[in-house]
Amino acid sequence: MKLHEYQSKRVFARYGVPIPNGGVATTPAEARAIAEEIGKPVVIKSQVLVGGRGKAGGIKLAGTPDEAEEVAAKILGMDIKGLTVQKVLVDEAADIRSEIYLSAVLDRGARRVAIMASSEGGVEIEEVAAQTPEKIITVHVHPLLGMQGYQARQLAYGIGLPKEHVSAFTKIAQNLYRAFVDSDASLAEINPLVINGDSQLQAVDGKILLDDSALPRQKELAAMRDPDEDSATETEAREVGISYIDLDGEIGCMVNGAGLAMATMDIIKLYGGSPANFLDIGGGAGADKVLAALRIILRDARVKAVLINIFGGITRCDEVANGIVEAINSLDVEVPIVVRMVGVNEDEGRQILADSNLPSANQLSEAVQMAVAAAKGEGA
Amino acid sequence: MSILVDNGTRLLVQGITGSQGAFHAEQMIQYGTNVVAGAVPGRGGQWAVGNTPVFDTVHEAVATTDANTSIIFVPAAFAVDALLEAADAGVSLIVCITENIPALDMARARAYLDSTDSLLIGPNCPGLISPGTAKVGIMAGHIHTPGNVGIVSRSGTLTYEVIYALTARGIGQSTAVGIGGDPIKGLNFLDVLQMFEQDSATEQIVLIGEIGGADEQVAADYIRTEMNKPVTAFIAGQTAPPGKRMGHAGAIISGGEGTAAEKIEALQDAGVAIARHPEEIAELAARNI
Repeated sequence: MKLHEYQSKRVFARYGVPIPNGGVATTPAEARAIAEEIGKPVVIKSQVLVGGRGKAGGIKLAGTPDEAEEVAAKILGMDIKGLTVQKVLVDEAADIRSEIYLSAVLDRGARRVAIMASSEGGVEIEEVAAQTPEKIITVHVHPLLGMQGYQARQLAYGIGLPKEHVSAFTKIAQNLYRAFVDSDASLAEINPLVINGDSQLQAVDGKILLDDSALPRQKELAAMRDPDEDSATETEAREVGISYIDLDGEIGCMVNGAGLAMATMDIIKLYGGSPANFLDIGGGAGADKVLAALRIILRDARVKAVLINIFGGITRCDEVANGIVEAINSLDVEVPIVVRMVGVNEDEGRQILADSNLPSANQLSEAVQMAVAAAKGEGA
Repeated sequence: MSILVDNGTRLLVQGITGSQGAFHAEQMIQYGTNVVAGAVPGRGGQWAVGNTPVFDTVHEAVATTDANTSIIFVPAAFAVDALLEAADAGVSLIVCITENIPALDMARARAYLDSTDSLLIGPNCPGLISPGTAKVGIMAGHIHTPGNVGIVSRSGTLTYEVIYALTARGIGQSTAVGIGGDPIKGLNFLDVLQMFEQDSATEQIVLIGEIGGADEQVAADYIRTEMNKPVTAFIAGQTAPPGKRMGHAGAIISGGEGTAAEKIEALQDAGVAIARHPEEIAELAARNI
């Protein structure tokens, strides 16, 4: 799950990382009021969960409260990469002398949190990594020891930070690590960390990605979720424990397991079809989840055929078959459904389907070819 | 022969009284796995699935039954506690089926496990099976057949798919290991490939990977420089759109790292035959016999 810039910076601030004065506005009048209170030039920043806001015109300076109202009116409601701007952050404009990059990220290869810093702040770190990798300094934190002072100093001296800022920087780096761990983040990024005209360090932009597996114990952060992060259908699916991603093809897919779901999509493409979605009903899915999944798939008007591919393990074929039969009895199914079902309790599952006159295939490639043909109107 | 589990496996089931634990304990017993104990706090002294004794603690279970392998079916909030308990009790192989364990919990647990002699498989994995001798996992036993192909996979159900196709062609398996799809886990491709390379019963290996991370590239380096046995691979997610999270943590493409194309290229450079779909793995593996 992603947090907005304003949410991320509030988390950082709670850990003692300095952030600019500011507030969030949903109307131009609110933006004006915040700018008046700040009493200095401000920057109006659209709060949408995509990159490239600046290039899209979603970040603008305003010298006066009047201007702040005017600029906010333009940015609110703006479309940025398919998302409508509903909130703007009104921050005191920083007097930027130099820009640093600082982040904490889970490094799966090292099995530790990596803290990265660079003197080249303000640009995408991927660009720095590609062009001047020597300008990125990385330390790995032992999960049982936490971030040590020397590691923070390695970063500070490594990026050539002027002596007078080392102490403030090391505090910020260690606090960022604490914020990362306490939030169960998978990424916490400050870019840029600015040295301003008063010679103070300040997090001007921030980003946090949360580990979805930890959301049950991060109730406060989980409640910050922006429903616009995913489509309405993706949100509905998540609420019933299904992973669903919209794609633009014509074959609706229901598969158990992410790997098999991706492989099923790959095979659909291989045989000349195109998947309408990625859908993983997860391990141990019962009849109710299958029903919910079919309801979600069938709502997509582009779907011309449905392919259900279940390889039973922790998921039992008879439970899935019951869900399919229940769905067909309760939903208005107008497109052909191809079922392929193997594994734990497969005989019971196939029998349940056969009792409802639903044919099922054994081989995956056979089932995919049937679904591709059915989607082209060639009969299942 | 096989790797990791065999006739000497004495299995403890942590969470044996839960619905998944009970169901799969029963399935494992039916397959012929030597299930010697269950461990569930507060259920000590009871009997589960047939005549398996249940203990309150793993230490007691190990002391009484000489369990040397554990499989974990407890909910995510308690799973790390369960696997640390198993390691502390000296269980040599721990298999964690549980999914949705926070990554930082696994980072801490793995750092501790590295200081013990216990090996971990998973979490968020289907477990492993040496066909005909021992099943320590949730896979359907009957799709497997004993033989000489070693399987290592990040995926669950996709592995079953490949094994189903192998068995259908009469190609048996020595051991099939599902290492799981989480970002931080126990054994990795590299560890399992090393074991297969040393195992006299394994003549060739099938590797099943997916988008996200760089574990397949690390495996490719080892295959190129150290391995003599032939390897066939399938990488899932070739058609996945970038930037989307496909279901679980293993399947994230971010930036230019971890795409199917990069992994396939690294494996091909190491001399690995790449299948276009799971059933093709069986065709490619048949050529190595």
